[in-house]
Amino acid sequence: MSVQPGPATALSMSSATPAIEAVELSKRYGEVQALDGLSIAVAPGTVFGLLGPNGAGKSTAVKILTTLARPDSGSATVAGIDVLRRPDAVRRAIGVVTQRSGVDPVATGRENLQLIGRIHGMRGGEIKARTAELLDRFELTEHADRPARTYSGGMQRKLDVAMGLIHRPQVLFLDEPTTGLDPEARSQMWQEISRLTGAEGLSILLTTHYLEEADQLAAELAIVDRGRIVAAGTPEQLKAGLRGDAIVVELADEVATAKAATALRAVPGAREITADGHTARARVDAGASALPAVLAGLEQAGVLVASATVARPSLDDVYLRHAGRAFAAAHEQEVA
Amino acid sequence: MTTMVSHSGYLTVRAVRALVRQPVFLIITLMQPIIWLLLFGQLFSKVVEIPGFESTGSYLDYLTPGVVVMTALFSSGWSGMGFILDMERGVMDRLLSSPVRRGAMISGPLAYQAVTTVIQSVVIFVVGWLAGARFPGGLVGIVVTIVAAILLASALASFSNALALLLRSQESVIGVAQLLVLPLVFLSSAVMDIRVAPEWIQTVSTYNPVDWAATASRIVLSADPDWYEVLWRLGGLLAVAVVVGWLATRAFRTYQRAA
Repeated sequence: MSVQPGPATALSMSSATPAIEAVELSKRYGEVQALDGLSIAVAPGTVFGLLGPNGAGKSTAVKILTTLARPDSGSATVAGIDVLRRPDAVRRAIGVVTQRSGVDPVATGRENLQLIGRIHGMRGGEIKARTAELLDRFELTEHADRPARTYSGGMQRKLDVAMGLIHRPQVLFLDEPTTGLDPEARSQMWQEISRLTGAEGLSILLTTHYLEEADQLAAELAIVDRGRIVAAGTPEQLKAGLRGDAIVVELADEVATAKAATALRAVPGAREITADGHTARARVDAGASALPAVLAGLEQAGVLVASATVARPSLDDVYLRHAGRAFAAAHEQEVA
Repeated sequence: MTTMVSHSGYLTVRAVRALVRQPVFLIITLMQPIIWLLLFGQLFSKVVEIPGFESTGSYLDYLTPGVVVMTALFSSGWSGMGFILDMERGVMDRLLSSPVRRGAMISGPLAYQAVTTVIQSVVIFVVGWLAGARFPGGLVGIVVTIVAAILLASALASFSNALALLLRSQESVIGVAQLLVLPLVFLSSAVMDIRVAPEWIQTVSTYNPVDWAATASRIVLSADPDWYEVLWRLGGLLAVAVVVGWLATRAFRTYQRAA
């Protein structure tokens, strides 16, 4: 009896090779070091989240992995294929949903899908069936023959994702897929993304600057800051890496920031103290019992407190710890 | 090779479809030449009487191929705008991260430009004929004129595309369409027999591909064309189109490398 390589063999082979592997990627644009030795490995069939503020290097990493840009140094494989040596083979294996839509507004939803399908070498009946299937799945069938410019933001994003899936790629890149979507469209998109890895065994690289999104979707994630990975692991691992609770104090007066930091340092057991703008933070083993000492210390130092909260570790804390600044602050800074 | 042709076809169809869906653009691109033909034709109907103006027929006979050539220039100067819009919308990145043949991304827009030029030229010939222009060179003359217009349009479209890819701004494309095209037209025999113009214009026009296209068209539309005069000019146009086309593919590579 001849032995055919069955699904089990294929599965074990694919789990041996990472869906995406980047090794020491560096890229400089003029004065800006966009990537500074970024390395990641994405397990097949999972969502991997690349988290960081705008300008951290996420999009540059995606551009290199999707063959749109070449790194100055480093190497990468996608679906086991060398990105630099065989870009065309990589392009056949991937689906890409970039930040800027990529939908042709004059063409209908159906035509947009069919163009990408044809470019991938799909033909007649196959393309028709697959287009209908995706339109149905993303609830676009009703609007399939209307020009895409008449679509709402949420519908265009769905069409974008459908276009990334038409040729049944092995690896899907989603670059900030929910930016600009309203909360309802966002949660729909999250459901859809979860389904993709579940039922279809797709590997997904997701970039986002929404901590909540990464927490919700990613099996593993990496925090990017200034072109390099500063922390990586499952969301739980990353949160567990932080001992104790966070105490966040909102100050009534911005002038007192430095004074607040000094006062917090004097509190026994307080560590990882940061202060910027109106906010001072510290980490303690047990938040509730340390709070009185924190407030007393601040009062003694003459700092007016607007509010004080105790929080279990969140990804925001992880980000703060590894990137050395609060996520929101870093985000504002990069955007400004 | 077949993939290259089919990919190029998909992109041409995409552009033609956009043109058909927004007929207002097609109408605008046709209004201008018709105004040129009818108003200019009336306004300057007496120029054929200037001594030295060599024309056997009416000014409209003279003007019609000139307007065909001009119109090809005016619309091809905007070609780069397609790249700019695709860059802004993210369509460019979508295509470049797909296995689309890179050559097709260059040849697709040129094929579309050729289709547009054919439509425009046919309409101009029909309007000219209805207004009273006659073309003794017949169908052969008309076809060769359209070929000359396509070659000229390809050259300028490639130039416009190259600028769009290198400078990535709408302004640069508009600049070409506005600043380059009119001088090229008026330094040629498109609307006026160059032999009644100052000598320096005559000298410049000898090297002006627009003049090659206009002159070749006029000769081939005459009763007894001198094919040598037609063919060397067509050859020149082909050479220019190939060289600028090559430059555009270089610009495409530069665009990708700068990503």
